[in-house]
Amino acid sequence: MISARSTSPLAVEMRGITKRFPGVIANRAIDFEVKPGEIHALLGENGAGKTTLMNLLCGLYEPDAGEIWLKEQRVWLRSPRDAIAAGIGMVHQHFKLVEPFTVAENIVLGSNRTLLREAPKRLNLRLQRLADQYGLNIDPSAQIWQLSVGEQQRVEILKALYRQANILILDEPTAVLTPQEAQELMATLRMLASQGTAIVFISHKLNEVMAICDRVTVLRDGQAVGTIAIQDCTERSLAKMMVGREVSLFRNREDEAQTTNHKPQSASPPALAIKNLWVISDRKLPALRGLNLVIQPGEIVGLAGVDGNGQRELEEAIVGLRAIDRGEILLTGKLAHIPSDRYSMGILTEFSVAENLVLKDVQHPPFQWKGLLRINYILKHATDLVQQYLIRTPSVKTQVGKLSGGNAQKVVFARELNRDHQVLLAAQPTRGLDIGATEFVYAQLLARRDAGAAILLISTELDEILSLSDRIAVLYEGEIVGEVDRASADIHHLGLLMAGKRERARDEE
Amino acid sequence: MREESVLNLGSALTHAGVLKRLKSLAPLLGGLLALLLGAVLLQLSGANPLQAYGVMLAGAFGGGRQLTETLLRATPLLIIGLGMTIAFRCRVWNIGAEGQYYIGALCGSVVALALPDLGPGLLIPLMFMAGILGGVIWSGIAGLLHLQRGVNLIICTLMLNYIGILLVQYAARVPLQQPDGFLPESAQFSANAQIPTLLGTRLHWGVLLAFGLVGVVYILLWQTPLGLQLRAVGSRLSVARCAGINTSRSILIALMISGGLAGLAGIIEVSYTYTRLKGDISDNFGFGGILVALLGQRQPVGVVVAALLFSALMVGAQSLNVVLQIPASVAQVIQAIVVLFVLAGQAIAQRESL
Amino acid sequence: MWAQVLTWSFGVALFTAGIRLAVPVLLAVLGEIITERSGVMNLGLEGVMLVGSLAGFITAHSIEQSTGMISVAAWGGLAAGLLAGAVMGWIMAVLTVTLRSDQVVTGVTLVLLGQGLTSYVFRQNAGLAGARVKGLDSWAIPGFSDIPIVGDILFNHNVMVYLTAVLVFLCWFFLFRTNWGLELRAVGENPAAVDTSGLRVDHIRYRAVMLGSALAGLGGAVLTVVQLNIFTENITAGRGWIAIALVFFSRWQPGGAMIGALLFGIADALQYRIQALGFKNIPYEFLLMLPYVLTLVALLWRTGRSAAPAALGIPYVKGER
Repeated sequence: MISARSTSPLAVEMRGITKRFPGVIANRAIDFEVKPGEIHALLGENGAGKTTLMNLLCGLYEPDAGEIWLKEQRVWLRSPRDAIAAGIGMVHQHFKLVEPFTVAENIVLGSNRTLLREAPKRLNLRLQRLADQYGLNIDPSAQIWQLSVGEQQRVEILKALYRQANILILDEPTAVLTPQEAQELMATLRMLASQGTAIVFISHKLNEVMAICDRVTVLRDGQAVGTIAIQDCTERSLAKMMVGREVSLFRNREDEAQTTNHKPQSASPPALAIKNLWVISDRKLPALRGLNLVIQPGEIVGLAGVDGNGQRELEEAIVGLRAIDRGEILLTGKLAHIPSDRYSMGILTEFSVAENLVLKDVQHPPFQWKGLLRINYILKHATDLVQQYLIRTPSVKTQVGKLSGGNAQKVVFARELNRDHQVLLAAQPTRGLDIGATEFVYAQLLARRDAGAAILLISTELDEILSLSDRIAVLYEGEIVGEVDRASADIHHLGLLMAGKRERARDEE
Repeated sequence: MREESVLNLGSALTHAGVLKRLKSLAPLLGGLLALLLGAVLLQLSGANPLQAYGVMLAGAFGGGRQLTETLLRATPLLIIGLGMTIAFRCRVWNIGAEGQYYIGALCGSVVALALPDLGPGLLIPLMFMAGILGGVIWSGIAGLLHLQRGVNLIICTLMLNYIGILLVQYAARVPLQQPDGFLPESAQFSANAQIPTLLGTRLHWGVLLAFGLVGVVYILLWQTPLGLQLRAVGSRLSVARCAGINTSRSILIALMISGGLAGLAGIIEVSYTYTRLKGDISDNFGFGGILVALLGQRQPVGVVVAALLFSALMVGAQSLNVVLQIPASVAQVIQAIVVLFVLAGQAIAQRESL
Repeated sequence: MWAQVLTWSFGVALFTAGIRLAVPVLLAVLGEIITERSGVMNLGLEGVMLVGSLAGFITAHSIEQSTGMISVAAWGGLAAGLLAGAVMGWIMAVLTVTLRSDQVVTGVTLVLLGQGLTSYVFRQNAGLAGARVKGLDSWAIPGFSDIPIVGDILFNHNVMVYLTAVLVFLCWFFLFRTNWGLELRAVGENPAAVDTSGLRVDHIRYRAVMLGSALAGLGGAVLTVVQLNIFTENITAGRGWIAIALVFFSRWQPGGAMIGALLFGIADALQYRIQALGFKNIPYEFLLMLPYVLTLVALLWRTGRSAAPAALGIPYVKGER
């Protein structure tokens, strides 16, 4: 099944790749190429088709049309096994590791074909040597669940290298890392590239792409917009390619702050007060260690921090999903909640739009009468909200699972904001949304703030925090390591705080 | 995958639409295929499959007497199946219907034997209530073990099945045994404790009650706040919890409703069919009820159809035994094959791509 | 009557019988551990055991009738039970692995199928009612069987008892000392990790479900061919269900399975003996309940689902997070 061709010596060449899912074309006639020894960025918004394209390359899906060539040979990658054999290794965004197994067991899983397992001592020694060779700091005998996210990522990389991968794909690798860990990763990648490994770097963060990559291919709506050498583009030009128009997201923030002359009502008692909060994680380790935070009515407090520092546990503790170990959470008035994962905390995909819109209040009078649902009232209520929040749905009886991510998020917004609330908890409110939906979310949050609500915005996107917050707190390993006013915040300082350098951060300046 | 679903194209949609319509027929096709496989089995036993199915059809629906028998058999299946519909809608894996049925029968029988002279207008409802209570308690024990101590619900209900059945066998053999009898069974119920029949037929009030329950369960699931909350818990537990629903309470309610209905089925069967408590009072109704709920797609009306199908197969197989000397257990085999093929059909229908 | 119970010979007979009665259940538990370690819960064990018990009995009976070779008949019957179990496992795997049907529903249906099929075949073949097979003789292990008390209890059994003890070890060795076992356990914990490692999740699960069911089918065949030497309808009498509970009791460890199965076997043996003593008002039903109650009690203090494979009961969909 191999035929020779006479073109430049490319590590990967994908030509005219098309992949359809029911009702959706995820990739449409995409051309994509990577040279040996280069770091090639694959840039695009959520839903642009980046992950699908790379899943085709690592054998998880097969393309409906198009060809894949590796080192001038046509290949058919029908399974991950084929891809691994062809020297392709992928580090997925959500790591694919077996938690109760050791690092060593994870690395050799599937590649040792003897009946009996290699003795753990010998195996660990062998892998330690391999890790040292690449300068990766890993203990092969540790169990995965004991490792930090950064360490787990190194396991994934070592696993690919153990299989002698010469094409390495990383899907949003820095999303879970501190800036310092990200720096280490970049160094590792540069070193690998210098040894001839072709690296595909999937991202939607422009600054990273500019910092590390040699070339960039931009995807939009399932199509390749173009491939450019990094020295020929700017963040601005890339953003325009990615979105398809000038980006207006963060532009108005400064004007807005001046014109509305906004001030939090600091004289009134706090709407949300969290005092010395301790919470235990699923791994039975303290995820929050004595967290203190106070939010006044009429202000947005942005909680910045790298993913995995206790954001999820804080969110769950505030909404009552997770038991509080020590400390207390004081709420004045009702809470509205925009969850970080709408599918596990916000909406039921099997339920209709109308049912989802009344989910929290269904046992109360306007929606029920003498123990029976007032179906007509519920439908009318839903119709009103659908119009008010511009939810695009065929009908209020449509299952929410059939709506797009943005419209599903609008259903959550409509339900939560329509309830009479004094405190709003918005966790990663724009994750997975396109630009239009993001703009809608920002406008809603600012409007709520101006109406006097106390808003806690938990986000891992520093840009988002900077453009919306009145005050910024930084979360690191379950503690607030610093609080700054919007006016005095700068990215460098925040970055150091996010890496846990609380005191020294000031000294360095 | 979810993040990729941005492009919606007209052509892809219509293409998928046609496929979808074809695929939605898969469960029905599965059912037909199952009957075909049943025919092969009958052929292997030396019978003419067409003739055999004819005999079964006539045996189940061929006349008033046959129809009556089919309805009577369907009654416990229907009642248990409706309870299971509520449990499964809440994703509560109660597979202890058999034990709850037995304990319901026991509790109802105690009332029947203790108050033989009470007027039927009072005694029968009292027996029903005792039966329901028995099932509620028995399922409640499993629920508490599950919710309080984290024991797997499937295992709890399963173990309580056997404990319940053995408890009834002991009760019928020792404390409740007919004073001078040899067999391990209680004395016959007084006439007051036997469910009256309807206007000169062999159908009893329990049949009417079962069909009435279809409407009740429908309204409960789709027209009450409780039903919506139970379904929410079954759809995604964490979302329901975030929405402020007390999920443990919902699980317990769903479990106890299904247990109570299984208990009701138990006392109805004992009061009408057996007229006394014995160690062996079920024709696999507990597991049959579970399968009926699933075959009926967890829809009350679907459960009626499934219960009638199961019952008709059982009743028809009895005539098959009489006319063609084929073992009546062929009914169980066909039931199982039908469920397996419909499951397969459903799975194919629900798949996004094939 | 207590005088009859509290004697050495009663005790020896009780434990000897307990070990013997534990064997069919233990085989099923080992099988289910393998199945569940791969992430599939096969609730159809009762049906699988029934089918194995009838297939084994019919095979042994017909070989015995046609050739008269007793031990060939017995081993042939056991092999047939193994095979029949694997076939039932294949049905389970097609539905739950390939088609991703719900495992609980499919399992319960498999029980109904097993009950119906065995009852039907048994009644279709008039020659089977009342028929007996010879089975396997006891084989006292030379030397060891002469040890007083212990020798009688442990070393004077049929070969299947010894083989099952070896299987407990083999099962542990397979799961924890071979690469196959590593891969199988990985599928039960995180199938996506196995998939991206270049292994076929569905293949591994098919193998695990079929191997597990084969062992359960063998357990059924041991019951009819080796121990009771007859077949009657529903002869397994709930042993398949007990096995599922014992898997939880064992915390998915072969060693724990052996302890659980022995507890069950001894309670079962005790119940037979008390009934045989003929005291009508002794509630032997409560003795029969013992294994079920013990299992529940054991699960009460061995709570925590942390021991269960993380992906148990969840169908694997490629490419989903």
